[in-house]
Amino acid sequence: MSKDDAFFWEGAQEGRLLLRSCASCGEIAHPPLPMCPHCHGLEWGTVEASGRGTVYAWLCSKHPNQADDKGRIVVLVDLEEGVRLVSNLLDTEIDEVTAGAPVAVTFVEVDGQILPQFRMTGDSA
Amino acid sequence: MFKLRDKYAIVGIGNTEYSKASGRTVRSLATEASVKAIQDAGLAVADIDGMVSFNFNDSAPAMGVATEMGIENIGYAVDYAAGGNGANLITLAACAAIEAGLAETVVCFRAMNGRSGFRLGGGRDMSAYGVTQFTAPLGWITYPQAMAMWARRHMIDYDTGPEHWAEIATTFRENAIRNPRAMQRTPMTKDDYFNSRAIVDPFRMYDICLESDGACAVVITSAERAKDLPHKPVYIMGGAYGGGPSQGDDLFDAIRWPSHSHNCFKYIADDLWASAGVGPEDVDVAQIYDCFTYSVLMALEGLGFCKEGEGGPFVMDGRIKKDGALPLNTAGGLLSEAYIHGFNHVLEAVEQLRGDAGERQIEGAEICLTTAGAMTCGSAMILRN
Repeated sequence: MSKDDAFFWEGAQEGRLLLRSCASCGEIAHPPLPMCPHCHGLEWGTVEASGRGTVYAWLCSKHPNQADDKGRIVVLVDLEEGVRLVSNLLDTEIDEVTAGAPVAVTFVEVDGQILPQFRMTGDSA
Repeated sequence: MFKLRDKYAIVGIGNTEYSKASGRTVRSLATEASVKAIQDAGLAVADIDGMVSFNFNDSAPAMGVATEMGIENIGYAVDYAAGGNGANLITLAACAAIEAGLAETVVCFRAMNGRSGFRLGGGRDMSAYGVTQFTAPLGWITYPQAMAMWARRHMIDYDTGPEHWAEIATTFRENAIRNPRAMQRTPMTKDDYFNSRAIVDPFRMYDICLESDGACAVVITSAERAKDLPHKPVYIMGGAYGGGPSQGDDLFDAIRWPSHSHNCFKYIADDLWASAGVGPEDVDVAQIYDCFTYSVLMALEGLGFCKEGEGGPFVMDGRIKKDGALPLNTAGGLLSEAYIHGFNHVLEAVEQLRGDAGERQIEGAEICLTTAGAMTCGSAMILRN
């Protein structure tokens, strides 16, 4: 973590999905960058994302040494705000995941760290 | 655009044994491959005044290797901090250095203990820094995980998948069986492919390249000097390096990449073909960066051998086999020969164009494509004899 990105994890601790937003032009960048790639502004603040998005791509990874491990679905989520986020998809089987499926954020503690996670909402996108 | 068409040539090649455990230092591998390449070129170490390599801080520095070989006055010694995308870049950079007068005859090498030493995508990369903090805690850490998203998106958009990947894996294994250097020479059927262990859905074990210890080197000099050397020169017709928007840090920074159903090659194709003055229809044989099976599809589509999305059907029905219309990865590729970070493809290209590929030889091969990289940034070359 650095001065450019600590806000993301601090927000997660409070159950908020925060994104870097350029103070000059409002461009949202994720992962955060020290300089706005759009207007080159160095000043920035944060915006709270709605937490809604759609599934872009996914994989399922099982623990290499634990045969009965159910596996973890890693997902790329296209957020409503126009950026892509890496997360996990909870409470679903890999066969049920479809491209473009609507998802919503939830915050879960994993090994002492609160992570943004997602669930499929079943709504039409 | 690369503007040095046919002005420079590969005149020597050298490699160590490819293995899972070299039992030697990377420096030892680097010097062995480099000296073999110089000897193959009919030159003496004293004729070399440039060395270029690429690495992830897992190799021996070019300046150090030059010193250990006893080069007293190295004019141009450079290491590119690059992944597989660097495997063709370094040869293009050697041409540029010679053109600029910084050197006359340059060794390019890649040396690694990629299995017994530093394994790419392994422990060191797992500390959450920079972009990695937004990926590693979520379980997006290793190369198979990184590449699975690209493969998945291609599956979603174009209905590709294991049926096509199996054709690639088994074809390259057939090629490796004809290659005494290859690490994997046991026959692989499609059943073997489909029965291979699930690694990261959607990948099976045989979708993923080898990890190898070893080194490869080539010697590059001017076409004029090349004429006086023992081997048939292999001329660098054209080349390109780069990618599209938001290349980022190439690996997990690919979150920013606009569409994962194509990779860097879509963006460098025009420059590549224009620099060489030829097109895909002129290629006799190609060595495609096959870190994963699916990445072959994206390279073929991006470079215009077929339209985007048609790579799956394109590789079927024997087209990419040794006796097919477009033989690929004739030494077995990174999937079955070895993973010297893609630089072993350059050596195979040279052997094909010299006519020295033995049982693997594609009759009448005059133009060979090589590619390097599979994500947001890559490099490629068109070589001819």
